[in-house]
Amino acid sequence: MSPAPAAHPDYEVVIGLEVHVHLATESKLFSPAPVRYGDAPNHDVHPVDLGLPGVLPVLNARAVDLGIRAALATHCKVHPRSIFARKNYFYPDLPKGYQISQYEEPLATGGWLEIEVDGRAIRVGVTRIHLEEDAGKSIHEDAIAGREGSHVDLNRAGVPLLEIVSEPDLRSPEEAGAYLRALRQTLRYAGVSDADLEKGQFRCDANVSLRRHGASALGTRTELKNLNSFRFVEDALRAEIRRQAAVLDAGDSVQQATMHYDSERGTTRVMRTKENADDYRYFPDPDLIPLALDPAAVEAARRALPELPDARRARFAREYGLPAYDTSLLTESRALADFFEAAVRSMPARSGEPGATAKRVANWMLRDVLAQLKEGDREIDATRLAPEALAKLVALVEEGRVTAASARPLVAELMERGGDPEALVRERGLEAVSDASEIERAADEAIAAHPDVAAQVRAGEAKGLNFLMGQVMKRTGGKADPKRVREILARRVAAR
Amino acid sequence: MPFETVLELRDALDGGRASAAELAGRALARAAETADLGAFVRLRPEDALREAAESDARRARGERLSALDGVPIAIKDNLIQEGEPCGCASRILEGFVAPYQGTQVARLRAAGAVIVGRTNMDEFAMGSSTENSARGPTRNPWDRERVPGGSSGGSAAAVAAGIVPAALGSDTGGSIRLPASLSGVVGLKPTYGRVSRYGLVAFASSLDQVGPLARTAADCALVLEAIAGHDPADSTSLRDPVPHYTEALSGSVEGLRIGLPREFFEERGADPAVLACVREAVAELERAGARAVEISLPHTRHAVATYYLIATAEASSNLARYDGVRYGRRAAASSLGEMYRRTRSEGFGPEVKRRILLGTYVLSAGYYDAYYRKAMKVRTLLRRDFEAAWDRCDAIVSPTSPEVAFRLGEKSKDPLRMYLSDIYTVSANLAGLPAVSVPCGFARALPVGLQLIGRALDEETLLRAADAYQRRTAWHAARPEAVR
Repeated sequence: MSPAPAAHPDYEVVIGLEVHVHLATESKLFSPAPVRYGDAPNHDVHPVDLGLPGVLPVLNARAVDLGIRAALATHCKVHPRSIFARKNYFYPDLPKGYQISQYEEPLATGGWLEIEVDGRAIRVGVTRIHLEEDAGKSIHEDAIAGREGSHVDLNRAGVPLLEIVSEPDLRSPEEAGAYLRALRQTLRYAGVSDADLEKGQFRCDANVSLRRHGASALGTRTELKNLNSFRFVEDALRAEIRRQAAVLDAGDSVQQATMHYDSERGTTRVMRTKENADDYRYFPDPDLIPLALDPAAVEAARRALPELPDARRARFAREYGLPAYDTSLLTESRALADFFEAAVRSMPARSGEPGATAKRVANWMLRDVLAQLKEGDREIDATRLAPEALAKLVALVEEGRVTAASARPLVAELMERGGDPEALVRERGLEAVSDASEIERAADEAIAAHPDVAAQVRAGEAKGLNFLMGQVMKRTGGKADPKRVREILARRVAAR
Repeated sequence: MPFETVLELRDALDGGRASAAELAGRALARAAETADLGAFVRLRPEDALREAAESDARRARGERLSALDGVPIAIKDNLIQEGEPCGCASRILEGFVAPYQGTQVARLRAAGAVIVGRTNMDEFAMGSSTENSARGPTRNPWDRERVPGGSSGGSAAAVAAGIVPAALGSDTGGSIRLPASLSGVVGLKPTYGRVSRYGLVAFASSLDQVGPLARTAADCALVLEAIAGHDPADSTSLRDPVPHYTEALSGSVEGLRIGLPREFFEERGADPAVLACVREAVAELERAGARAVEISLPHTRHAVATYYLIATAEASSNLARYDGVRYGRRAAASSLGEMYRRTRSEGFGPEVKRRILLGTYVLSAGYYDAYYRKAMKVRTLLRRDFEAAWDRCDAIVSPTSPEVAFRLGEKSKDPLRMYLSDIYTVSANLAGLPAVSVPCGFARALPVGLQLIGRALDEETLLRAADAYQRRTAWHAARPEAVR
C-alpha cells in the first residue's frame, strides 16, 4: 500500500473530530417531552426542560441503549459504570445554567472506525463516546422580521446527544470527510440516529494542527466549531490549514483558539482565544446516580447489532460476486441494501446463475433506482416501490415481455405510485411486440423509406443498420425487442 | 385548639368533635393573630377552607383518606405546589407561580392534609436563623427578640406557636433540626432518598431532604409515612418499602445502645447549659433501659468545612437557573451580560451571593482537586466513621445546636460564627443518615434540643427512641409564654 499523499507539502496535517449526533429516541434524555422537529417554538417542553425550580432529571433508558449500540458499532469498550457531570455556563438557551454531560467517566472509550480514502484503508481511533443533552436554540431579532430582541426555543433543549470524539488520526480534509461519512453511515445502520444533517442531528467540531513532516510533537491546535455539512468541514479545514501554514511560514506560532469559518470568503478567523476560554466547572451531577451497566446486557446488545456497512459490503462481494463499485453504492444505507437483497430474493429462480441475477438487479438499482432517489433527494423507504415490484419488472424485461426502454420510465412511476409492474405494463400497452409479421412490416417500411441506407448496409456498413433499427423502433413505439428487430432487419435488407 | 397534636386533632375529627373546616379556620385565625412572628410568607385562606370542606365531605361519606385527612399543615416556601407562588424567600423568584405539582405536596394532598400556607425561611434555605429572608425575619415564639433557628424557621415557629400541628421543612445541613431545637419542637430529617426531592427547590442536591416538624415524634411518624417512598421522578429516591412508622412506637428503649461521640461532647464553644440538658436526657434514656456507650467520629472535626465546600459547590450550579430569562425577576438591561448581572445582583441576598461565589471558586479549574474533590474524600471517610460506629451503637446522640436561640442580628455580621451553628447537624447530611431533634429541656428559659442520628433507613429506631423519651418527659408540652 502506498503512503497517503501529503495534504500539505511542508507540514503534516493532524485532525481530530468531535461529532454530536441526536439519538433516535421518542423522548428527551432527562424528561418525558417528545423529540420532534418543526413543532411550534417551546411546544415540546416539560418542566424539566424549562429548568423550573424543583425539577429533577430522569435518565432515558432508550438513549442509553442507543449509546451502547453506537459504542459497540465503533468497537469501543463500554464501561460498566459511567458518571453524569454538569458543565456550567450561562446562556439563554441553556435553561438550567448547566448542561448535563459526561466528563471524567464517559460511557465508552477506545474504539475505531475503518475508512477508505483513494483505495487506502485507514483505521481511525475513537477516543470516547458520551451521552449529553442538547441546548435550545437562540433566535436573534434580525432573523425574525419585525420582532424585537432575541428569542429562545427550547424544543431542542434536552434532546439526547451522543458526543463521539476521534483520535487525531486524520491527515487531510479528505480523510476527515471520509471519516464523517463512514461514521454517519455506521450510526444510521446501527439505528442509533437518523443523522439528518439538515435537521442538525449530526454536527461536527474539528481540531486541527500542523507540524513539520517527520516531527513527533504535535503542533498547537485550533478548533473549528459547528460545521454542519461534510463539504463545509472539508472547506473549513482547507482554509484553516492554509492559515496555519502561513503563520508558521512567517516564523510565528499558532495560538490555541476557537475559529469561525466564513464560508462566503473561504477563510477562518479567531472567535475566542484560550485565555478567554470558559471554565465549565465540571462536577458529578448529584441529581443522577452513576450509570451502571450489566456486562451481560452489553454483550446481548453486541449480539443484537445489525450487520454493519463494512461487513455488508464484503458479503455482497462474496455472495453476489458484485464489484466494489456496486457494493459500495448498494450499501449506502441499510434500507437500500435491505431493498436490494429483498429484490434479489424475489427474482424467479433461474438455473445456474445466481450471480447474474443479482448483477441484473444491481444494474437496475444503480442505473435507475439510485438516479431517481438522487434526483428526488430521498431514501428508498420514502418511496412506494416494493422490492418485489422491482424484481418483477426486471424479470419481465428478461423474459422479453417488455423492452428495457419501455420498462425504464416505469421505475419512477412505481416509486411515485407503487403498484404491480405487470398490470402497469398492460395498462399502458407496453407489452413487447413479439409478432414477427408486425416487425417485418415495420422493417420493410423502413427499408423502403431509406433505400440508400439499405444499400449501404448491404455494402457492409454497420452504421446504417443502427439507423434502420432506430426507424423500426420508432414505428413499433419502442415496444419491439431490439434483438429480434436486428435479426429481422438483417434478413430483410439482405433479401432485397 | 391551638397546641394540639396531629393525633389529637385526628381523634377530634374522627370523634366528630371538630370539623376540618373549623380546624383550618382556627389555624388561619391564629396565623393572623401571630402575624408579627413572620412565620408565614403566604396563607391560602380560600383554598385551605375549600380543601377542608372537601375533607369534611369525604369523612361524612366514610372515605377518610388517612390520619392526616383534614389536618391543617404548613409547608416551607421552597416546596412546589401547583398553582401557588414558590418564592424561596427570595426576590429573584418574585412573580413565579409553579405550573406543576411537587411530589411532597401531591402526597400530603393524597393523604387529605389541608395546606394552610407557606412558611418563611432563609433565602434558598441558606442560613441558620431565618434572618436571610427577602420577606423579613421570623421571630422565635419563645422570645420575639430571638431567632427561631433556620432555615426552616417559619415552619418551626408555626408549630411552636400552635398555628399548625405539623409543617414540612427541608434540611440540607440542619435546616429542620436546628429550628426545631431552637423553637422547642420535634424535627426529623429522613435518610437521603427516603422522601422525593421532586418539587423541592434545590440548594445542595446531594444533601437536601424534606421532612416534618411537629410537636411530637409520633406526629412526625405520621407525616413521614405520608410523604416517604420511591418516586420515579427522583433518580436518587430509594425503592425500599416505607414501614408503618407509627407501629414502631413501642414506648420502649430497653436495650437500645446510644452512642456518645467523644468529639461532640468535647466541642469547645458549646454552651455548658445545653450540654447539661443533653447529658440529663441521656441519663433519662438510660433510666428507660437504654445503654450509653462512648464512641468516636474522628472526621466530624472536618464536617463543617466539608459541608460548606460541597453545599456551596452544588448551590452555585443549582442557582444558575435564576437568570431572568424564563421566569421570576428580570432586571431591565441593554445587553445580555448586564441583564444577568443586574437580575442576579438585585435578586439574590448577600448570604446567597456569598455561597454562590464560594461554590464557584471551589469548582474552578485549578481549585477543584484541592477543595471539591478533597471534600468528597472526607465525606467518604465520615461515612466510614458512622459505619464503624454502628457496630457499637444503634443511635448516636448529641446536642442539636451548640447553644440556645440567639438574638436577631447577633450573628448576621459573622458568617463563620453562624456556620458553626451547624456543627452537630451537618454530619448526618454528609453521611445521608436520618436524624431527629427532640426538645430536652430549657437553658435560660429557651428550648434545648437533643439530636439522635440513626442508621440509613432506620427512622423507626429514631422515632421510637424520641417517642419513648417524650412519653417520659413533658418538655414538648411547654408552651411559649409570649404566644399563649
